Amino acid sequence: MNNLRYKRRKMIQKVMFFFSVASAFIGIAFLFLILGYVIYKGAGGINIDFFTKLPTPVGVPGGGMANALIGSFYLVGLASLFSIPVGILTGVYLSEFGRGLFASAVRFMAETLTGVPSIIIGIFAYSVVVISMGRFSAFAGAFALSILMLPIITKSTEEILRMVPESLREASLALGIPRWKTILKVVLSTAKSGIITGIMLAIARVGGEAAPLLFTAFGNSYMNWRPDQPIASLPVQLYVYAISPYEDWHTKAWAAALVLIGIVLMTNIMARIYAGSK
Amino acid sequence: MGKSSSNKELRWLFNKDRAFKGFTALLALILLLLVIGIFFKLILSSRLSFGAFGFKFLTSSVWDPVKGIFGALPFIWGTFVSATLALCFALPLSIGIAIFLSELSPLWMRQPVSFIIDLLAAIPSVIYGFWGLFVLAPVMQIYIEPVLAKYLGFLPLFKGYPLGVGMLTGSIIVAIMIMPTISSISREVLATVPTHQKEAALAIGMTKWETIWKIMLPYGRSGIVAAVILGYGRALGETMAVTMVIGNTPQISLSLFDPAYTIASVIANEFSEATNELYLSSLVELGLVLFAITLIFNAFAIFLLWKMKKFEGVRT
Repeated sequence: MNNLRYKRRKMIQKVMFFFSVASAFIGIAFLFLILGYVIYKGAGGINIDFFTKLPTPVGVPGGGMANALIGSFYLVGLASLFSIPVGILTGVYLSEFGRGLFASAVRFMAETLTGVPSIIIGIFAYSVVVISMGRFSAFAGAFALSILMLPIITKSTEEILRMVPESLREASLALGIPRWKTILKVVLSTAKSGIITGIMLAIARVGGEAAPLLFTAFGNSYMNWRPDQPIASLPVQLYVYAISPYEDWHTKAWAAALVLIGIVLMTNIMARIYAGSK
Repeated sequence: MGKSSSNKELRWLFNKDRAFKGFTALLALILLLLVIGIFFKLILSSRLSFGAFGFKFLTSSVWDPVKGIFGALPFIWGTFVSATLALCFALPLSIGIAIFLSELSPLWMRQPVSFIIDLLAAIPSVIYGFWGLFVLAPVMQIYIEPVLAKYLGFLPLFKGYPLGVGMLTGSIIVAIMIMPTISSISREVLATVPTHQKEAALAIGMTKWETIWKIMLPYGRSGIVAAVILGYGRALGETMAVTMVIGNTPQISLSLFDPAYTIASVIANEFSEATNELYLSSLVELGLVLFAITLIFNAFAIFLLWKMKKFEGVRT
């Protein structure tokens, strides 16, 4: 009787463990299914033209996505100009001075802002920048992306700075070095690799965003270098091509997907390896 | 050097300290003002629509841009149903993964497996959508939905014509996307369970599974709930992937095969085409609704996580 009950409990354990292992397997399988399919469909579309040529009209063979590729780097670069320094220094504030209600409020807002759907940030950028400028622009897109990057960089910087041992700060202060210099020269430089990892993860995250760019940076079939003009980006162009009815555009969209997934995953993996090696 | 001059020097240094602190605090203020700014800007820009429809906006199911009548109900329905369904798929899998990684997996597998699962979260939404549209939707249409219709067709959930794109496919895509969020937080939560708790359970004769199910999961309950809410919030706001596979039809249908529409999707599709002020304002009001919903869910999850971390003595 007891033996039977024991067997039953063992049985439940077996079933549940099987399920647990299976779910890990399913998770891994999905990554490889998606990755594999994107490589399978996209590899054929990758050539020099893809990286160097502008898109051609439907039906005209050839062409590439140079404008979107450069546009994506342009947007993320422009966004970084604001969000990296502000994010790092906000992280510094939270970790080095951040006690009390104000700091808790900022921390709370950073957490919430990470969870706000990126399309909402797009609406905000639209109503603040696009409406006042009167047109879609690279600046509006970068504005949206920088809002997405800011809380990620802030949080990761704070986390990393808290791991810098207190004794380092004390040693520096004991030498008579003022606090601000201690933070800039000792604390920040000790945590440099961790901060860079955080920045790379933030870049990988917003580099794949299409939603906040749909009605801010909009899109452009030509190369654009001016911040006050609409600009193409890889995710948006990929989206437009993917939902189009043209076979030729689908082929290009798969190539774009492969390039995008490659850049994003490589940035991610590099950031983690870099963080792990230090 | 006299005493007064070195004092002066010291004061000068401390003033710089204060200036530095003030400067960083000022930059920190930006974050605070941003969230408040987004909130007010959305309220301000949706005034027109709120003035025209009032609270009926939330309960009306007519969305007719041509006639200028806007009701949000089908979108709210689509958003909640797709996110809830996605959570139903993702929750058992995520918890299963968390248990695997924290308890079952051999040590050498732990890091690579959690790394791979985390990479799932890094894939851009638009690529999920693209894959969903060209791979998952046809598979659903040809293989899975007909089988569901055949055996479970008596339920209203599985009535109708299998289109491939629709509520069910959309939810599955979202489930894959939120799985890493839930599983990685749950794994961290499970790691906080003290060893003596586990050992005590094993010592009184519990099986390993019973220890996990009756001791570890209840111990980390609030953290896991927080993980689930965070995942749910993400599911509610997911945009590009959903837009590409959910079918984009503003209707309230019980059938999971039918196309649906979510708040984020309608904004993505129609925002840059909104031809008049009222149309645009209605879309912004939809955005406000989504913002408010995700804000509430997020705030609750953060509150739970903070409380837990305080309890654990872990510094965030």
